[in-house]
Amino acid sequence: MLSPSLRSSRKKPRNDRQEGRPSLKPARFKYIAPSSAEDAVKYLAEYDGDARCLSGGQSLIPLMNFRLLQPAALIDLNKCPGLNYLRQEDDELVIGPMTRQASVEHSDLVRKCCPLISEAMIYLGSPAIRNRGTIGGTLAHADRTAELPAVAVALGAKFLVLGPNGSRTIPAEEFFLGDLTTALQPDEMLREIRFPVSAKSSRSAFVEAGNRHHDLALVGVAVSLSFIDNCISDARIVCHGAGPHPVRLTYAEDALIGKSVAPDLLDEAASQSNLSIEPEGDIHASAQYRSAVLPRLVGRALQRAVSDGVAA
Amino acid sequence: MSEETHTISVQINGRKVKVTVEARMLLSDLLRGELGLTGTHVGCAHGVCGACTVMIDGQTARSCLTFAVQMDGATIETVETLGDNASLNVLQQAFHEKHALQCGFCTPGVLMSATQLLNRNPDPTETEIRRALSGNLCRCTGYVNIIRAVKLAAERMRGLAASSSAHASASRE
Repeated sequence: MLSPSLRSSRKKPRNDRQEGRPSLKPARFKYIAPSSAEDAVKYLAEYDGDARCLSGGQSLIPLMNFRLLQPAALIDLNKCPGLNYLRQEDDELVIGPMTRQASVEHSDLVRKCCPLISEAMIYLGSPAIRNRGTIGGTLAHADRTAELPAVAVALGAKFLVLGPNGSRTIPAEEFFLGDLTTALQPDEMLREIRFPVSAKSSRSAFVEAGNRHHDLALVGVAVSLSFIDNCISDARIVCHGAGPHPVRLTYAEDALIGKSVAPDLLDEAASQSNLSIEPEGDIHASAQYRSAVLPRLVGRALQRAVSDGVAA
Repeated sequence: MSEETHTISVQINGRKVKVTVEARMLLSDLLRGELGLTGTHVGCAHGVCGACTVMIDGQTARSCLTFAVQMDGATIETVETLGDNASLNVLQQAFHEKHALQCGFCTPGVLMSATQLLNRNPDPTETEIRRALSGNLCRCTGYVNIIRAVKLAAERMRGLAASSSAHASASRE
């Protein structure tokens, strides 16, 4: 069905609403506001794949306004208490799925525990979008251009998922399967995200190429490096925007591990970036552009990480 | 099939409103279509242009990306709270003086985003202003005059704050 703005203005608008009232963009749905995550999951099961969780709605509602998505029911998590929290538990930063992106962006605890998250937050959307958008929402939506999935993979986050038969834990690396597709089953919801607190000696950086600061990423890179003495003991370099889900650039990572930092080494690692991924082209950027820009971004991210890169 | 409706209570521009809405009615539909608050504009209806920006519980949000039914118990402020033709507020006056609008379609959203910025940061740099307004598209001005206007408004608001605090401390003595 065409959205109202696409209809010919000469025809009387086809009104699927009460006679004489302006039509509405989204298709009809049942609105359910459960009071607990357990109830939310029950409703998901009841609708058997035809219901969606509504968190911030900043990605879901555009799809519904275009009627690209017409779920039978929306399960609004905004009225569920206890899903909006941010705390440190031992060596993990624990975030509730309904925590607004703006509160993570402005959190001193997040900056102290996982500076890579803080650095990436301003790329997530415009300020008004971040006020409403949630951490769980952007991760569960899994847009290929989204920043936080790449950050979660770079930091080795774990996702606690709640289903009708209890909960299970999925590592970030196994969570993102493709465009808007995750390991979540239709009757499961993202219940908690656990990020390992970055070690004092670790260094990280986030860079992105895009038309506007908060706009769609054409390509982006999240880097997290661990050191023992002056030697790189572990490297995680994750690219987003170039394919359907975040990808670890393992060739570039392997070029770094066990070595100590030198300008040549970073260049060498960055030049291996395209061995791990064949960037795709779309209306926003060609495959050639992404292939050319990716190694540059990796080089810049590594340079930033080891020089002025944020330390935990 | 009759459509499911919900009755919500919401405070809009200081006025308590009880209204019955369809589940799929957007907040922007409620404001414009049901309540006649047409100061809030709808440009793209998918969160890109920022024209429909309002404050929900003191924080800017896209009214086209929020369902009205979710607003039960919320406090909403639209551009109509800022001032009117007879008495523009400091920010609106600065927009007027600095020619920060031509067609004016984007202006309500820009004003709401700038209001949030100035509430949080009374002396923003140009970069901070640009970041704060990065989610508001304007096809007329090229943004230069918008930034000048926000700077001027910030200056005047700081002046007002300084003189009122000076006045307050003088009257205490």
